[in-house]
Amino acid sequence: MGNGTSIGRVRGLGSAHSGSSNWLQERLTGIASLIVSAYLLVSIMLLPSLNYLSVKAWISAPLPATAMILFVIVNFWHARSGLLVVIEDYVHEHGNKFASIAALNMVAFAGAAFGVLSIVRLALGA
Amino acid sequence: MASANKVGARNRPLSPHLQIWRWGPAMLVSILHRVTGGALSVAGLAILLWWLGALVSGPAAYETFAGVMGAWYGQIVLVGLTWAFFQHTCTGIRHFVLDIGAGYELDANARWSVLTIVISIILTAAFWAFILVR
Repeated sequence: MGNGTSIGRVRGLGSAHSGSSNWLQERLTGIASLIVSAYLLVSIMLLPSLNYLSVKAWISAPLPATAMILFVIVNFWHARSGLLVVIEDYVHEHGNKFASIAALNMVAFAGAAFGVLSIVRLALGA
Repeated sequence: MASANKVGARNRPLSPHLQIWRWGPAMLVSILHRVTGGALSVAGLAILLWWLGALVSGPAAYETFAGVMGAWYGQIVLVGLTWAFFQHTCTGIRHFVLDIGAGYELDANARWSVLTIVISIILTAAFWAFILVR
């Protein structure tokens, strides 16, 4: 006996009530990314030079440091949301899908942690 | 396409994929949105972390970073990522418009799809012109 079609297996179970969560997070972090990314691009354009001293002096100041911490968090979150959809679309085998999503989450959180730590160290005078 | 089915799965009809459809602007920018998003997530965020890590590590590490990014291959990657950012931003804004239910008329949809490509190329050129001639 087969297991029926995918739709047949879930019909009648009702809504999971969390189906739109990642979709919404993708949009909200997208809007936030628009703001912090514009801030970074304009800052790069306005910096007198992109050498070590100039960039370090810039990112150590409170406002740029705050903006760049938000840049790291927002963009890693947005990348995680987007790549999650890509994995769900293309990786169908359950074990591989679970492993891919686990790896994505670890890399996203590790990357964001390293980025935030770096900026905090610079802001506090590394 | 039936051979793509898992062993044991019945030969159900599959929905048509890329090679079936006639290419159009909406299809192109939809694919570009995903490809540029992937590139920004992987290469863009990796370079961001390298940049921040080099800043924390000190002048020598920053010199190494700046040396690679200033070389011709680094510049190609940075220009590519800048274009990917502007393209992903333009198609992202297009998706916001589509999300509220607007912009589905065939001619408007095709026109704005083409415009995302035109605008992203113009913004990339303008950004790098500003950086290189300042």
